[in-house]
Amino acid sequence: MGLTMTSVDSLAAGPLFGLPLPELWFGLIFTMLATFLFLDGFDFGAGAIFALLETDDERETVLAAIGPFWDGNEVWLVVFGGALFAAFPPAYAGLFSRHYLLMFGILGALILRGLAPEMYEQRHDKAWQRWWGRAFVAGSVLAPFLLGAFAGNWLVGSGRSLTLVGLVVGVTVTLLTVVSGAAFLQLKGSERLPEAVTTYGTAATVGYLLAVVVTLAVLAMRLPGGLGALLDPAIVALVLASIGLAAGYVVALRREQSLYALGAAAVLTYGLVAVVAILMYPAIDPATEATVRDTIVSTLPLNLMTIGASLLLPLVAIYFVVLYSAFSGPISPEEAY
Amino acid sequence: MIDPVIASRLQFAVTTIVHIIFPVMSMGLAPFLIYFTWKDIRTGEPIYEQLRRFWTKIFAISFVVGTVTGIVLEFEFGTNFAAFSTAAGELFGGPLAVEGMMAFMLEATFLGVFVFGRDRVGDKLYFVSSIAVGLGTWLSAVWILIANSWMQTPRGYELATENGQTIVHLVDPMAAYFNPRFSYMFVHMQNAAVESVALFMAGVGAYYVFRHHVWGYPVENPQFWEATLKIGLIALLITAPLQVLHGDMYGRHVAETQPQKFAAMEAVWETESYVPEYIVAVPTSVDGFTDPRAKELFGIGIPGGASWLASGGDPTAEIRGLNSFETEAPPVAIVFWAFRAMVGLGFWFILLAFWGGYRWYKGQLLEDGLLHKALMGSSLLGILAVELGWIVTEVGRQPWVIQGVMRTSEGVSPGLTGTEATITLVGFVGVYTALLGLYTYVIWRIIRNGPPSRDELRSVQADTLTSEPGPTPSQPTPDGVDDD
Ligand code: HDD
Ligand code: HEM
Ligand code: HEM
Repeated sequence: MGLTMTSVDSLAAGPLFGLPLPELWFGLIFTMLATFLFLDGFDFGAGAIFALLETDDERETVLAAIGPFWDGNEVWLVVFGGALFAAFPPAYAGLFSRHYLLMFGILGALILRGLAPEMYEQRHDKAWQRWWGRAFVAGSVLAPFLLGAFAGNWLVGSGRSLTLVGLVVGVTVTLLTVVSGAAFLQLKGSERLPEAVTTYGTAATVGYLLAVVVTLAVLAMRLPGGLGALLDPAIVALVLASIGLAAGYVVALRREQSLYALGAAAVLTYGLVAVVAILMYPAIDPATEATVRDTIVSTLPLNLMTIGASLLLPLVAIYFVVLYSAFSGPISPEEAY
Repeated sequence: MIDPVIASRLQFAVTTIVHIIFPVMSMGLAPFLIYFTWKDIRTGEPIYEQLRRFWTKIFAISFVVGTVTGIVLEFEFGTNFAAFSTAAGELFGGPLAVEGMMAFMLEATFLGVFVFGRDRVGDKLYFVSSIAVGLGTWLSAVWILIANSWMQTPRGYELATENGQTIVHLVDPMAAYFNPRFSYMFVHMQNAAVESVALFMAGVGAYYVFRHHVWGYPVENPQFWEATLKIGLIALLITAPLQVLHGDMYGRHVAETQPQKFAAMEAVWETESYVPEYIVAVPTSVDGFTDPRAKELFGIGIPGGASWLASGGDPTAEIRGLNSFETEAPPVAIVFWAFRAMVGLGFWFILLAFWGGYRWYKGQLLEDGLLHKALMGSSLLGILAVELGWIVTEVGRQPWVIQGVMRTSEGVSPGLTGTEATITLVGFVGVYTALLGLYTYVIWRIIRNGPPSRDELRSVQADTLTSEPGPTPSQPTPDGVDDD
């Protein structure tokens, strides 16, 4: 049992199998962020759509639909933060302390979003449920907005909390969560939810594409590379693919092929995050121009983490498969314990 | 505006002191829930289903609040302690990342199955999910305590200076992760969590037993509350003595590895031998409360007790005084009184356990009103003892954030302004007060509403509706008994 000193020495000697680990971890961290934005994204989107529903039954259906999932989904944010801390400590420390108030804004929104459904279920009087319903909506909309603002500021290396880029990326991300949320609710809520959910999904998709265009325009002004940076073939391909996917999403949603619609929303989310990652690379903290290779931890901990992540992430995937297959199909508000 | 260093420390203190309540509840409940689930599945007796469902409700809400307050802590290392995070990222970030992937993922996903999935999955998977959730909560303690114990007794690292900044490099992961403090901390913490929940269960059970048997009020499901009281009492009988025995070993270990902290725990300023251990201490002047000094205390003490604790059995052993260290002393009063109170509570819990056990043995458990009152009054004291223990641990290691390596004042984010830090500090005090109020309110309602009534139970329906196998028909929510 245990690592002998020789194996520690060989783990400290060089990257595992000679792999480009700093780049792999850069990719992994953004993959975790995207997974969070997709999985918790449909919870956030469901929270936004909650605001537009009228009857108690519809609202309870939304809460029941996200009930078993949201906590697991939110852990992707914890894992993203943890991995950024572990792999690129200076980037984690720099980013989080520079966007101090923004980070606490995100935390506040997450507290509201997590607490509100629990509270909502506690009592059945109208005023109580109205207020916790509002808190739930506020948390669900603010969390992706502020997270998007953080991502925007991160990308352009801004030190301030409120910026134009932050604003447009925030709106973009929020709309994207509504896109995912509509597909998710169609899948889990089925007949209990009104037809209008489809309309909300379609409207959010159109809004999302517009927001992407505005974001790109703002980025063209703000990024040091200007328009040139955006004309990178990978980025152009991703943007074009997004338009195609968005169209596919709308078609699928109208035909009630919810799973396809949800899949399209997932690819849209990963695509958006990929754009951010590509634009940023090789920097990881554009504000200080620190690159991936400047900020990576030393070889031994990096190798250990790589081994740890390659053992654990497949297990995590299994947990999610168990969870989502236990709750396949529509969920009704009566289900518990 | 408060100085950013002070504000960050206060904020960290407030946010962890609130956070730890919820993990204590969930880690402590985990073994009970696994047991209830197992018995429910194996015996199908209604009482076990009631126990499982009732305590799962409390677990679920604790878990949610634990999640939202825990994420705050993880972010705070970056927001408020950026210099510390940059310097110690190699040793500190790794365990946190592994904690997320190994522990939180396990508990958060299976919690969905455990809380919402009883009718969706088979018995086996349901039981597995109870174990997965419990294991997840305990594994998160492993990793977070690895991180914390490393700050107390750092090992397996090397210091280097890069770009004018001190960086801690990991060189021996086994030595670092299994540093000398880790096993003490883990055992003491996990036993404390189970003990705290045992006290809570016994207190809640005692409340209804008291109403029913002493006051003679009608109570729904009296057997449920009696079972709760007994289970809590059994767990207390096991954990309370263990905690004190182990605490004694722990104290010796602290004396060896962090002598300055130990001196603060005992308020020893000058190096001396044959130091008594005061269980009940009364300062001889008012100043003695805020500036306790072992020499000037009057109280019930065990002669040579502190020396005995420090050395593992030698009442004449020497204890190094605070004045003999180069660094300034930690806030002695806080450490000294928090330690006294924790130890005092530890002995009180043993007394309580034996008292209850004795009454039970005599067949008078349900009638002893004074015992019930004592249990009710002690239901939250386990959590209080945990808070006190952590205060000893964390305040006692000041001025170091990493013992002997980095000072707390050097760890705070360089760019942080007093205004920002004050805004969030005030925000947290407000938000967390509300959070605690809501949590208390919800737990109180759950207790007042009691377990699901017999005819709501799956096990009962399975008997009466034998013609209809498979998922039970939907039921009105247990909150049907609401009065509002
Ligand atoms: C139910 C709660 C509880 C009870 C009854 C006790 N403790 Fe404790 N104690 C804790 C809960 C706790 C804890 C979970 O809060 C701490 C904080 C960090 C840790 O590992 O455990 C702790 C820390 C802690 C420390 C370490 C401080 C450090 O790391 O610097 C010592 C020396 C003791 N305890 C000793 C004792 C003794 C001698 C006790 C009884 C006679 C006792 N504890 C009862
Ligand atoms: C949950 C139980 C805990 C409680 C109640 C607690 C309590 C406290 C308190 C009161 C302080 C302020 C001390 C002072 O500045 O005088 C503090 C500081 C701190 N604690 Fe803890 N702590 C807990 C667990 C942890 C753990 C598990 C870690 C690390 C993984 C940790 C890391 C820190 C750090 C980095 C600081 C700030 C630096 C400092 O002030 O020393 N704490 N904690
Ligand atoms: C001060 C350092 C700490 C940090 C950074 C921290 C971090 C976190 C985070 C991020 C979560 C949320 C995980 C999720 O989404 O499920 C969490 C929950 C949890 N933490 Fe902490 N934590 C700290 C202290 C502690 C301590 C001292 C313990 C116990 C030994 C502990 C045990 C738990 C447990 C069991 C949970 C699961 C939620 C619950 O059961 O309430 N944490 N923590």
